[in-house]
Amino acid sequence: MSQSNLYNDYASSRETTEGRIYDVTGSDWDSLVNEIGASKEERVVVNMGPQHPSTHGVLRIILELEGETVKEARAGIGYLHTGIEKTTEFRTWTQGVTLVTRMDYLAPIFNETAYCLAVEKLLNITDQIPEKASVIRVMMMEFNRISSHMVALGTGALELGALSPMIFAFREREKVLDIFEMFTGLRMNMAFVRPGGVAQDVPEGGIEKVRETVKYLRKNFKDNADLLIGNSIWVARTKGIGYLDLAGCTALGITGPVLRSTGLPWDLRKTQPYCGYENYDFDVVTTDSADVYGRFLVRMNELEQSLRIIEQCADKLEKLSGAPVMVEDKKIAWPAQLSVGADGMGNSLDHIREIMGTSMESLIHHFKLVTEGFRAPAGQAYAAVESPRGETGVHVVSDGGTKPYRVHFREPSFNNLQSVAAMCEGSMIADIIAAIASIDPVMGGVDR
Amino acid sequence: MENEKSSPFGDQHGAFGVQSSGDTSGFGGVVKVAPTFGSSQRPFGSYFDDLADDLERAFSDFRYGIEKIVVDRGELTIHVAAKYLVAVATTLRDNLKFEFCLGVSGVHYPDDHGRELHAVYPLLSMTNNQRVRLEVSVPDANPHIPSLVDIYPGNNWHERETFDMFGIIFDGHPALTRILMPDDWQGHPQRKDYPLGGIPVEYKGATTPAPSERRSYR
Repeated sequence: MSQSNLYNDYASSRETTEGRIYDVTGSDWDSLVNEIGASKEERVVVNMGPQHPSTHGVLRIILELEGETVKEARAGIGYLHTGIEKTTEFRTWTQGVTLVTRMDYLAPIFNETAYCLAVEKLLNITDQIPEKASVIRVMMMEFNRISSHMVALGTGALELGALSPMIFAFREREKVLDIFEMFTGLRMNMAFVRPGGVAQDVPEGGIEKVRETVKYLRKNFKDNADLLIGNSIWVARTKGIGYLDLAGCTALGITGPVLRSTGLPWDLRKTQPYCGYENYDFDVVTTDSADVYGRFLVRMNELEQSLRIIEQCADKLEKLSGAPVMVEDKKIAWPAQLSVGADGMGNSLDHIREIMGTSMESLIHHFKLVTEGFRAPAGQAYAAVESPRGETGVHVVSDGGTKPYRVHFREPSFNNLQSVAAMCEGSMIADIIAAIASIDPVMGGVDR
Repeated sequence: MENEKSSPFGDQHGAFGVQSSGDTSGFGGVVKVAPTFGSSQRPFGSYFDDLADDLERAFSDFRYGIEKIVVDRGELTIHVAAKYLVAVATTLRDNLKFEFCLGVSGVHYPDDHGRELHAVYPLLSMTNNQRVRLEVSVPDANPHIPSLVDIYPGNNWHERETFDMFGIIFDGHPALTRILMPDDWQGHPQRKDYPLGGIPVEYKGATTPAPSERRSYR
């Protein structure tokens, strides 16, 4: 008793119907260990998160421990639920882009593209999307894949105690965000991909900037590769950890790098191409170790494949100079003619001049399209893209109105997070961090 | 199989969603008749005919269990009676190699009387590179659908989400609890009769209603 009084200020405890509960806030582990050592309970339930820095946002993991061995792991989610799917039902089809881009905030272009592909399917205009719009979409998606993988690798390494890879990864990511800013006016949540095409054409000097960035990235990716590949500490922390084989992945519906780390080359870009991915030359990266190290290698090697695709996009864009980036149908192509000005993206001055100065019909048309929007014929559609985390699927339902009747995102993070238990139970407590980092969940996407 | 055309949507009156304010636009009398959907006629095209044949061969209760087969926008939707869902999913997984289920998406159709709640399951066959969609509809008064967790364990969280958002009860689910909303939450937010929320915004004496209460185009 006297001993527990000594530590009362740190790990305070109280009796509940569930048993004794300790509140641990950090730096007081010794007192906790002393207390628990005296109790006869062998299993301890530890609540990790939702504010734990290495749980990737507001993820809560409930662990049942025996010593340092994890006997049971359960994930608790919902702390970042914002009701985006519900909100889309009260906005036009085009405004939906602005909402869904905020789901998985590290892969905004993928959310937008998946959503737009589904809406275009509803509108029956999939064949009418101009080639240039698809090329720009592909290029932006691959840049986004790089920036997302950079965060996955950087924070993953950081959580295992390696600081330098994070510095390099964020340095590279910054270059990609510069491209986003140049092309869309924003670094994230750009609402750049719109039903019917993309919001605007390639800005002046854009292709040169892309080539320059690709060259820079290719040279600098080596820094991280040199730091981590074969690094004995990194290998010791990741090899054989978080094992999940192909049967496990199939049962749990796991896609993306986790699935490809089991050796199955399943990549929607190859198997069910969209946005013209069949016209690009690239390889599907796999490893066969089905562990954290394997997933790390898959992401690392996918970077080079993305650069290859981007180079081919730049070649195509050079030939497509002056081509349209929106469908011809003026009843859908919303909004007309945007451009990046000094204060971000907005209506181009030429367009303002036309609607305000020369054509009243243009003004009416603009007004109707922006306030009312277009109508999508009744029915439902499902479209899927290969996002950095797996299959992002969008199920949209229309009742024939100007607003979605239902938008549902099948988020890969949401689905893949279910595998925490399968990957971690029976492992050491420290390996949980590595396993979660290898799933790369983004809570904005999980909770939506 | 049903051959009658029906609509999950109701007819719409007027040009605007919210009717509270006086409609002086002249469009108040407009009635938009709900679009109807029925079974598609063969040939379905693509791999859909073979898939339907294979399912008919492998699934003995095809006549009773399959309500409609709809091919729309290049996608195949099989409407399944709730009672037969597990049998159909098992057949699709074991005989037709649909080894992957991409979750479940609920849809609430308040005007689809007697079948207000729909659950939509996108399935994927990696072996054959095919997709198919299963759709199950149940009445709001008795919202029970058998769980697919035994067949596709990855549906665990998806079914919890659909329960959370729509109140569909998946019988046989190992732990059907709320997942996104707090445990003690009342109601199911994605249903059409659940308000969006939001507060009116005051601006220089005038008030702008919340988005769901505003007059808007349909």
